[in-house]
Amino acid sequence: MLDVTANTPEFDPAYESQASFRALMDCMARPGDIRSLKGVEAPAPFAPATAALIKSLADYETPLWLDTAFAAEKKVADWIRFHTGAPIVRDPTGAAFALIADAAAMPPLAQFAQGTPEYPDRSTTLLVQIDDFAGTPLTLRGPGIKTTHEFAASPLPADFAARMKDNRALFPRGVDLVLVAGHDIAALPRSVTVMER
Amino acid sequence: MYVAVKGGERAIDNAHKLLADARRGDRTVPELSLDQIDNQLALAVDRVMCEGSLYDRELAALAVKQARGDLIEAIFLLRAYRTTLPRFGASEPLETGNMDIRRRISATFKDLPGGQVLGPTFDYTHRLLDHTLAEQSEIEEPATAPADSTRFKSVAELLAGGGLIEGDDPPAEEVGDLTREPLSFPANRDLRLQNLARGDEGFLLALGYSTQRGFGRTHPFAGEIRYGEIEVEFFAEDAGFAVPLGTIAVTECQMVNQFTGNGTQAPRFTRGYGLVFGQSERKAMAMALVDRALRARELGEETGSPAQDEEFVLSHSDNVQATGFVEHLKLPHYVDFQSELGLLRKLQAEFYADNPQTDTPMQDAAE
Amino acid sequence: MTPDTDSISAKARPEVAKRREALAVLARADSKEIAHGLRQLDDNLAYSEPRPPEIGLVMLRGRIGSRGAPFNAGEATVTRAAVQLSSGETGFGYVLGRDREKARMVALCDALWQVDDRREAIETRVLAPLRQRQKEKNDLARARTAATRVDFFTLVRGED
Repeated sequence: MLDVTANTPEFDPAYESQASFRALMDCMARPGDIRSLKGVEAPAPFAPATAALIKSLADYETPLWLDTAFAAEKKVADWIRFHTGAPIVRDPTGAAFALIADAAAMPPLAQFAQGTPEYPDRSTTLLVQIDDFAGTPLTLRGPGIKTTHEFAASPLPADFAARMKDNRALFPRGVDLVLVAGHDIAALPRSVTVMER
Repeated sequence: MYVAVKGGERAIDNAHKLLADARRGDRTVPELSLDQIDNQLALAVDRVMCEGSLYDRELAALAVKQARGDLIEAIFLLRAYRTTLPRFGASEPLETGNMDIRRRISATFKDLPGGQVLGPTFDYTHRLLDHTLAEQSEIEEPATAPADSTRFKSVAELLAGGGLIEGDDPPAEEVGDLTREPLSFPANRDLRLQNLARGDEGFLLALGYSTQRGFGRTHPFAGEIRYGEIEVEFFAEDAGFAVPLGTIAVTECQMVNQFTGNGTQAPRFTRGYGLVFGQSERKAMAMALVDRALRARELGEETGSPAQDEEFVLSHSDNVQATGFVEHLKLPHYVDFQSELGLLRKLQAEFYADNPQTDTPMQDAAE
Repeated sequence: MTPDTDSISAKARPEVAKRREALAVLARADSKEIAHGLRQLDDNLAYSEPRPPEIGLVMLRGRIGSRGAPFNAGEATVTRAAVQLSSGETGFGYVLGRDREKARMVALCDALWQVDDRREAIETRVLAPLRQRQKEKNDLARARTAATRVDFFTLVRGED
């Protein structure tokens, strides 16, 4: 039977999803800036901000891909089904969103949908949960950043900067990343250049 | 420029107040209620739901009131409202075969299971204005008769299996949705029907009429027209089964058309299909005529008439899109026009320089 | 969406059919009628709302040629809610239109219907009167419709 006990009655569909969307849009426009969401309670390993974003953005037309950590919990799939109706897919190239709880072990970005020349926006948006916006410093450059922006997040794969470089080369195609630490989010859209210090 | 904007805002505010006053009209006259519109102008509500592509009688009635009876304006309001609601998913396909019939006729078979049932129709009125309706009048109770439980077997069912009429095409992988993907050509039949279902009744009526007058003849017969209530079901992920949502009223039209055949296939009747919200019978018939005309290409027929031109029909059927572009002409085009004027003056100067004998408008005025 | 038949075992299907029928009656009913029925139950019902009533759309699908492939015919407003009793049963309300209270009440009735010793009360106090009203309304509509059936064989007899 569908377990709906892990529920979130406090989420006002109009206001909260507006707020989540606004925060994400601002983060995409200013890569590296960190914003806080009110967040929403959901079964582990959901971070409050990840759950709020998914509740705002996902619906029956946006397939979700789950990494091993997310896929292991039936409660996660039940929560997603009840609150969004989003289909859960095994093939990452078919996903509108990817939920990743184990950032260090995240799959190569190239495994996800990259968009098409006609519709570059139809790539996967990755929601990557991290512990902290701290760690080995990276330098960000590009649209939305006046000169450069110092940024850090951990844990991340060791070759993260190289992966982002390859992704950047595909512009306007390529994937967008949203990093989530608890209630805080930051975005690394496909337009950003990520360099190691 | 700043001052001009302020002046514009004030004018607009006042225009809206004037509009509200004009909408209300004479204050000694009772105000319209949504119930009155829904009940007594039901066919206007039906049309607005159909072309607004949103089944909600109360909202459609409100739109009719707000639009002061301008139905395309009302349709526009409904379309705009639609964009504010999230979509939960798609229903199970409506089974019109299980319809609770309120009207059912066939021009192809006189005696068919369930019979010819006229329902509430204008068809046999003599189109004489009834002045008694100008006053509030007592309405007679409608007559009743025993209703038997004969199922209204559809003409589609009756003709199927005999090889006389074309069958149904197998379903495609995905159902096309022009609210999600821009329409591109050639378009599959599911997308065409979605487009026609929300298309302007007048436009489709004219196109359907044109096919009857020879612009792409299809020799149509009204195989069946039925109107009534059907149940809507939705597979709810959370519940885990298809839940019933209630009932809606729809009109369905099956046109039986000219037989066609080719070297490898025997001739058989072909079909056109119309399905609309409410008792919008004329629209359902026009939709079925145009549906059949648009199938000319896939049936290997000669094309060339407007109703057979997919791009022409499907690009111009949406009255909200159409009015959007037509009415946009009211927006300021001052700068465009100034440059047109400038260009025209230049061209005129060149013309008169090359043709000095020609009377200029200025000369005429002088004489 | 193809139904996940694994989630409903073969043994449970007649149950689902009955539950579905109850939901159909509730969905067709007037909001006030359901409220009236619920007031007859003398319980103080405690429940939570995993999904407070929300209004949205469902795309209605027709069939090409009435029996063929599906096509999108237009949308309808739908209100849905989920209600959970303290005993754990979750009821779902999905109704055409924009009536939040109706969706909540349908969900509540659906939840109570699933509780063995509450179903009887729901059947007699809520569903039975609704079924009766709907039958009367439908019978009248069908009788009036039947009066408009053309009887091709009626002969008008003159005076004998």
